[in-house]
Amino acid sequence: MTASAATGPTLVVDDLRTHFHTRAGVLKAVDGVSFTVDKGRILGLVGESGSGKSVTGFSILGLVDPPGRIAGGRILFNGEDLATASEQRLRDLRGNRIAMIFQDPMMTLNPVLRIDTQMIEALQAHQKMDRKTAFARARDALGQVGIPSPEERLRSYPHQFSGGMRQRVAIAIALLNRPDVIIADEPTTALDVTIQAQILFEAQKLCREVGTALIWITHDLSVVAGLADEICVMYAGRVVEQGPVVDVLDQPLHPYTHGLIGSVPSRNRRGRPLTQIPGMAPSPLSLPAGCSFRTRCPRADAACALPPPMAELLPGRHARCIHPHLEAVAA
Amino acid sequence: MTVFLIRRLMQAVVVLFAMSLIVFVGVYAIGNPIDILISPEADQLERERAIHALGLDLPLWEQYFVFLQRALTGDLGRSFAFGAPALQIIVERMPATLELAVAAMGISILVGIPLGMWAGFRPESFGGRAIMAGSILGFSLPTFWVGLMLIMVFAVHLGWLPSTGRGETVEVLGLQLSIFTWNGWTHLLLPAFNLALFKMALVIRLTRAGMRENLLMDYVKFARAKGLSPGRVIFVHVLKNIMIPVVTILGLELGSVIAFAVVTETIFSWPGMGKLIIDSINQLDRPVIVAYLLITVSMFIFINFVVDILYSVLDPRVRLKEMKS
Ligand SMILES: Nc1ncnc2c1ncn2[C@@H]1O[C@H](COP(=O)(O)OP(=O)(O)OP(=O)(O)O)[C@@H](O)[C@H]1O
Ligand code: SF4
Ligand SMILES: [Mg+2]
Repeated sequence: MTASAATGPTLVVDDLRTHFHTRAGVLKAVDGVSFTVDKGRILGLVGESGSGKSVTGFSILGLVDPPGRIAGGRILFNGEDLATASEQRLRDLRGNRIAMIFQDPMMTLNPVLRIDTQMIEALQAHQKMDRKTAFARARDALGQVGIPSPEERLRSYPHQFSGGMRQRVAIAIALLNRPDVIIADEPTTALDVTIQAQILFEAQKLCREVGTALIWITHDLSVVAGLADEICVMYAGRVVEQGPVVDVLDQPLHPYTHGLIGSVPSRNRRGRPLTQIPGMAPSPLSLPAGCSFRTRCPRADAACALPPPMAELLPGRHARCIHPHLEAVAA
Repeated sequence: MTVFLIRRLMQAVVVLFAMSLIVFVGVYAIGNPIDILISPEADQLERERAIHALGLDLPLWEQYFVFLQRALTGDLGRSFAFGAPALQIIVERMPATLELAVAAMGISILVGIPLGMWAGFRPESFGGRAIMAGSILGFSLPTFWVGLMLIMVFAVHLGWLPSTGRGETVEVLGLQLSIFTWNGWTHLLLPAFNLALFKMALVIRLTRAGMRENLLMDYVKFARAKGLSPGRVIFVHVLKNIMIPVVTILGLELGSVIAFAVVTETIFSWPGMGKLIIDSINQLDRPVIVAYLLITVSMFIFINFVVDILYSVLDPRVRLKEMKS
């Protein structure tokens, strides 16, 4: 870890705004997102499809595709603002101090390059290392994520791996340079349940043992429940609720989180129909004025026409709502 | 792999056989060479002697049979016009055509790929648009017209380059080649560029499309997320993926470049197979026409075969599958 690590949390995202300037108008994919992740901690970033989770991850790495760009806010990595960092500096950090695992394991590896090439280049991009040492490091990393006979597998091409194995390779690549932060963008959605459980277990172990700060993006609340320490619930580019995982899932304050949890099948709710949040996510190009959840919220009233601020409603619990679910807590 | 080779070889034999039949019958149908070969003053007896000597008095199927028998021993008949074996005449002119075709291919790759990559990398820039506009011209201007313009500008007006012939040649491995002399190059440049133009436009298009498509792929973003330099991402990750369709299609196009050389060779009086076939058609020199077509077909078969192998070398995904079947 770098010298400045002692000064504060590993990663602070503060009022991040990432906008896409499309022909149809400005699409505010991320519009004022803030969170903090510290060493050895796991942050779960959840939300429906299109809520801006991936764009948040790409913003941290400085990999937002045009026509998108970071329109405001700060991304403090060990105290250094990445939102204004040079491309050269970002390139030094990418894959080295901050790594990312992508959503679709079938698409992330280059189909025409061997696994060893793709792993060795990731090492050699950041430090002077001869091929032999790099090869050994790559082999160890593959072994670490549970790939059998890694030496042989290194000489294979991606198409010779199953989806689960490819994702392990992607994870191994992310681990190669022992980064301080890993952003995992729904890395297990494409995998079957047993492999998913295995990977989750390993991720947690890694985080605790090595002290990596982990951002786990998902739309699956049950994954977050077993894995993360903190949770950020995103809706239409904003964080609407934030707090310790156990508390938020037990006692959601925001109506949206409430709805989401209602739609997760769980043991004590077995047999009851899954509650769907009524309505559709609004188009990110034409969000309703005031609270963006207004069009779907069962508690909405005239007061919600003004944008609700993010407020600490209970100690350590933040939500962006005028009529939060506080009555259950009070009772 | 062996099975693959044997199967391809058998296919090749069948195609060649079918082709020989079509060509022979086709050529037989396009007029009587005797009218051209023998002077009108010749008397009946002389005529008959000539017809008999050339084997033209036999029925068609018998002529074909004789032809096939000889062909199997490597004898494709004697040219009526040159009196020499047709095969030998063609083979003598082959290096000139191959040299022209390879030079044209080389130009279209060396110029087309970088231009296509730039146009795909910066499609909205002025350069990118200009390259695309140029490639449209390359596609739509007729080869013979461009050839004539090239001669007008560079040979007639500016006088920089010669407009006809092959220039000095050097014997390399038994082949007469002009690419090893300065004078040869000056002769080669215009016709090669003329022949390359169409392919260059094709290469630009293919490369640009591949570039645009690949740049949007997740693997590119992932490569960037590893902290690789833009150079490595473009020239290793993306280029390797683009090269698969480009090499495959260009390989297949090599045959058509050789065939298209006919026009260019005629304009620039390049002494290759293309000019020979035009002259032979004018003189109804049947053996040469038949031999030319058969050799061209063999060349196509051979090229396709090499491309298949090359393709599987480039693309690991087909390497195992294709070769097994
Ligand atoms: N390259 C782009 N150009 C224009 N809009 C984009 C682009 N990338 C993302 N967006 C928009 O940004 C918004 C957030 O997208 P994002 O990919 O972050 O969603 P997500 O929360 O990751 O969803 P999912 O669960 O489906 O992955 C979406 O409305 C999307 O349409
Ligand atoms: S502010 Fe109003 S509309 Fe928005 S979530 Fe709260 S109650 Fe619903
Ligand atoms: Mg996403």
